[in-house]
Amino acid sequence: MLAEKYAEEIQAILSKYPPEQRRAAVMPLIYLAQQDQMYVTKAAMQEIGDICGVSSTEVASIIGFYTLYYDQPGGAYRVQVCTDLPCALRGAEQFLDSLCGNLGIQVGEITPDGAVTVEAVMCLAACDKAPMFQVQSGQGLSYHENQTVEGALALVDDLRRRAPARRKDVYGR
Amino acid sequence: MDADNQPLNEQFVLLRHRQHLNISDLDIYRRLGGFDAFQKAITSMQPGDVTEIVKASGLRGRGGAGFPTGMKWAFIDYKNWPHFVVANADESEPGTFKDREIMEGNPFQFLEGVALCAYAIQSQVAYIYLRGEFWQLAAWLDRKIAEMEAAGLLGEGLFGTQYNLRIYTHLGAGAYICGEETAMLESLEGKLGQPRLRPPFPPSFGLFGKPTVVNNVETLTNVPLIVARGAEWYRSMGTEKSPGVKIFSLSGSIERSGNYELPLGTTFRELIYTHGGGIPGGRQVKAIMAAGASSALIVANDEALDTPMDYESVPRVGAQLGSASVIVIDDSVSIPWLINKTMHFFKHESCGKCTPCREGTYWMMHLTDRIAHGAATREDVELLRDVANQVKGKCLCALGDFSTEAVLTGIERFQADFELVVASPQAST
Repeated sequence: MLAEKYAEEIQAILSKYPPEQRRAAVMPLIYLAQQDQMYVTKAAMQEIGDICGVSSTEVASIIGFYTLYYDQPGGAYRVQVCTDLPCALRGAEQFLDSLCGNLGIQVGEITPDGAVTVEAVMCLAACDKAPMFQVQSGQGLSYHENQTVEGALALVDDLRRRAPARRKDVYGR
Repeated sequence: MDADNQPLNEQFVLLRHRQHLNISDLDIYRRLGGFDAFQKAITSMQPGDVTEIVKASGLRGRGGAGFPTGMKWAFIDYKNWPHFVVANADESEPGTFKDREIMEGNPFQFLEGVALCAYAIQSQVAYIYLRGEFWQLAAWLDRKIAEMEAAGLLGEGLFGTQYNLRIYTHLGAGAYICGEETAMLESLEGKLGQPRLRPPFPPSFGLFGKPTVVNNVETLTNVPLIVARGAEWYRSMGTEKSPGVKIFSLSGSIERSGNYELPLGTTFRELIYTHGGGIPGGRQVKAIMAAGASSALIVANDEALDTPMDYESVPRVGAQLGSASVIVIDDSVSIPWLINKTMHFFKHESCGKCTPCREGTYWMMHLTDRIAHGAATREDVELLRDVANQVKGKCLCALGDFSTEAVLTGIERFQADFELVVASPQAST
């Protein structure tokens, strides 16, 4: 349960908002719930709803609305390449195709070991440093700018080594 | 003016970290006069005086709308309490990457701006709403806020007065629409990020239903120096109706992409050729988007290149300055391909609340798919124009209109590109 594991973090989050506005804590709590497995379980949705005074259905709708929340397991790491207009003008689409080609996966797929999902995403506010991507994990997000395919492949290799062992029947293709 | 007020050696107003490399260190920021304006305001100025200086400076909102900042602060409802400040750090417009550089490089000037705004409207709590992708940046700001608390610049009884202030960061989670101020407030309240019907506007009904000022990061970062050096100093830069400096985010087909802090009224030509180093590969500039993906497509002829980039002049070439996110399009780029890109963006980012935008972006995306892939007829282009016109001006917020700008101006101003695509099924980028 979140309340036991993250008691201190939950209190810190709630203290940011007026006591009668606990609902405002719902988004930071979803991030907290996503820390371990990179997706939010039904039980966690229920618990977040209870903390914030909303139904678990409402929590689920918020998870569905925002792109950085997941209600299904994916790779332990998500490599998210921006292919929006300014990045595309700097070769981001070719970069993504080449990255996926080298990994033997399609855009949006997970590497066979269940470690890394490679996705195309919308603008990340780094248009002058394309090709670029962010890496999302339960622990947060990091930016990687002015990338080459070789550099990105080396990083993906590193992420695959670091990823916790996954059950292939659940996460593998 | 005394010597401290003479910013002779200062090269920047906003991107000061480029000159003072360690300005994100609190001691160095303070040695450069940082938080003097905040202290002066709290200890010797009435809240309304701060608003008056900002009004007199002519500062206009840098998020895109260009609304006079001081006027917005003056709209706060003093019969309804408490008040809130929300700094808009959602920066999600394709082509915009200025607020990120400010917060990374010069965080205290931004935070001082938040604090001054809070004092001006007598708010004791301010939130910084950052897009979820700015995770590391939020952690960085949290550390800077903690440093301010430790130094007595935030907290209770500031500078020996009765004034209290706390600043908190709040992360979004990947939704462009949350840059729209009322959608941002909904999101901050823990709801879907969908715009509210306006009026009422945030200064009367904002966060948690209370009077709220929502200002962009760049807007707020101007405020400390305006309070320190005065409105006249600020008005000495830029144009009469668009005073001050602006950060232009330059991207696309350009040699030196990046942020450029320049006076409002600088021409496109100076930005693109003098600062940006021109177009790579000896190509020509074909089109300019001045306000990111939401922008009308400007035909890059001499008249356009010589147009001053300020809120009044850009409309003369059929576009808006917006957030001044200048995307340069060279002559190798197919406009049907380009509008297909922007339509995929807007379809993805439409919040789904109002029908014209939700349905219109869906159909426009599919039509531009067909057009960009050379499978379209002339009628498809007409249909696209027709759908765009049914979206434009009929949506709850600006996103719907934004989605039609490149489409409509692309078809109107770059007809030859569309002729090429409907004539030859192979012609697509």
